[in-house]
Amino acid sequence: MSTNLVIDMKTNINETIGSYTQMELLRFTTAGSVDDGKSTLIGRLLYDSKAIFEDQLKALEKASMLKGDETINLALLTDGLKAEREQGITIDVAYRYFHTPRRKFIIADTPGHIQYTRNMVTGASTANLALILVDARHGIVEQTRRHAFIASLLQIPHMVVCINKMDLVSYSEERFNEITQQFLEIATKLDIKDIRFVPICALHGDNIVKRSTQMPWYEGPTLMWLLETIYISSDTNFIDARFPVQYVIRPNSKEFHDYRGYAGRVASGIFRKGDKIKVLPSGYTSTIVQIDIFENSINEAVAGQSVSIVLADDIDISRGDMIVKENNLPVISQDVEMMFCWFNERPLQIKGKYILRHTTNEVKCMINDVRYKIEMNTLQRNETDKHVGMNDIGRMSVRTQKPIFFDSYRKNRNTGSVILIDEITNETIAAGMII
Amino acid sequence: MISYKNTHLQELENEAIYVIREAAAQFERPTMLFSGGKDSIVMYHLARKAFYPAKVPFPLLHIDTGHNFQETLEFRDYLMKKTGGTCIVRYVQDTINQGKVQEETGYNASRNVLQTVTLLDAIEEFKFDCAMGGGRRDEEKARAKERFFSHRDEFGQWDPKNQRPELWNIFNGRKKMGEHFRVFPLSNWTELDVWLYILLEKIEIPSIYFSHEREVFNRDGVWLATAPFMKLKPTEHPVIKRVRCRTIGDITCTGLVLSEASSVEDIVAEIAQTRITERGGRYDDKRSDTAMEDRKREGYF
Repeated sequence: MSTNLVIDMKTNINETIGSYTQMELLRFTTAGSVDDGKSTLIGRLLYDSKAIFEDQLKALEKASMLKGDETINLALLTDGLKAEREQGITIDVAYRYFHTPRRKFIIADTPGHIQYTRNMVTGASTANLALILVDARHGIVEQTRRHAFIASLLQIPHMVVCINKMDLVSYSEERFNEITQQFLEIATKLDIKDIRFVPICALHGDNIVKRSTQMPWYEGPTLMWLLETIYISSDTNFIDARFPVQYVIRPNSKEFHDYRGYAGRVASGIFRKGDKIKVLPSGYTSTIVQIDIFENSINEAVAGQSVSIVLADDIDISRGDMIVKENNLPVISQDVEMMFCWFNERPLQIKGKYILRHTTNEVKCMINDVRYKIEMNTLQRNETDKHVGMNDIGRMSVRTQKPIFFDSYRKNRNTGSVILIDEITNETIAAGMII
Repeated sequence: MISYKNTHLQELENEAIYVIREAAAQFERPTMLFSGGKDSIVMYHLARKAFYPAKVPFPLLHIDTGHNFQETLEFRDYLMKKTGGTCIVRYVQDTINQGKVQEETGYNASRNVLQTVTLLDAIEEFKFDCAMGGGRRDEEKARAKERFFSHRDEFGQWDPKNQRPELWNIFNGRKKMGEHFRVFPLSNWTELDVWLYILLEKIEIPSIYFSHEREVFNRDGVWLATAPFMKLKPTEHPVIKRVRCRTIGDITCTGLVLSEASSVEDIVAEIAQTRITERGGRYDDKRSDTAMEDRKREGYF
């Protein structure tokens, strides 16, 4: 178990710097309301990993005192906007950073109420892990169900359920097991690959970084241990090679007169020098002769890398095209079924026209039908009510003006996700997860 | 050096290059704000990486307040010459001379707020529709809510309560005439990440980041450099100290730290142990609890 979260720089600076440069990155999301201890938990993680600084702590003490709070109000640290501090609520997604010797963490901290479903979806979209808080006194409530549903909808690979405020239920193992059981029943109806449960008391720090002495019956790892060690490398899709072309690099210089590089970030899979490739939508084929990162040429580019690819043949390729391998093609279609979350006050218009963005591609589209809406209170499908407003989640069918090249979101988060944009206001009005 | 397990710095680099390329692709007339500080130097380095072997396909823009450290200006000119970059400079003094803003007076007088007007004028002058900035979310609580692609209305203003949702890595840079975007490729970097990256990539930085002797005075616990335009209170006395800059802004508001750090390794070691936030020494943030949010709303960097 790791209790030494801060590297002692004096022991060996070079070794320490070396280990800093080898850290992995874990992005996780939290959702919660004012009173379930979310802010306390985040404050605890930041504080114990020494990510809260002295001047921040002093400012916090002063602000808490002025507001008449008896203890330091850690929520004041996470609520960044004036309106949020005035109202004592989190409105938007806030990003927090901390690190331990093993990993760097990015927390997407979102509000938990139903009217902020869209913020939760936003925070969940980039997360490797969802941290769900349950108040041990209240057990599973509507909000817990909603958070778990959103994590599953957005295909967050790992879920850690923290049963908080164990001190208020006398650190009862029975209560912990009861809640775990209830949660697992919900999980069977959802698509969750990896769930862990940790009994904690965020206020006193039990099982956060240090093992609780109050709950000897719990033999599992602490929360920090899970965050530091959950295996995330296998979450990336290394199978389906997809390279959305972002930008075409043409130097127009004497030295690189004929250079034409296709710049982009590998969405999934691996591309190697010598690979036979196919370009969509044109269907032209060619071979990769060079993969560049700045002044270096490399032999292979893997998912997540920003590179520039040079092909053997001079073919017409522009932004929005996709380079794939001949023997592994994505779906190419104008009819797309997707789960969606609606973001805008202006309701969804069936037969309405919108702009659809998918990877680096942009096309016009029409929403053909709303198949069903999810009742967020019960998580039941509603096939009769077709009115979709802000924060609604459901399934729709969309027809695009030109074919797009995609995979199912479940298989590939990068090539299975879209956003819809209002043509007039240019606002992002919906997120879509392709089925 | 490819492994299937990306380190956090590789991931941050890949993300930042992706964001910079996205800005170059989505906007007609992008620019990159350059201050001569470490964040903008790292951002420019990433831009060079993003388009190599082509040149960076947009100019940099520096708003010179006239209160800069001389070393920063010299470094800016040196870097542009070395890399073949283009940097447009616009002066706050010109904005003052045009009567558009009034110079602050008193002991805490600063041109920090004034430069927003010069910046917005420059954006209008060159019809820039996107200005990339080196702002990071870990710097300040209002920045923690900032998007990678952040919309500005026709008055250059930010509406934090009405931001576009930003999902996955799909950025929406669509806008109406006259509106523009601020784009922040380093959003997810922390101060330590920036220094580790400078170390690994062997990026050159201005000499004032390293320990040197300078005439300074103490104001409310912050060490500030003396300069002809700095008014000292009767109780403040200049002394010579070994200091370095942790951030670089105007001389009027950049707190210097007492430090012996003379290499990037030393700085990394110092940052990793420090218990005060980076902007803790920034006088401009101390004006009020929402100083940053207020300035950002008006169109600040």
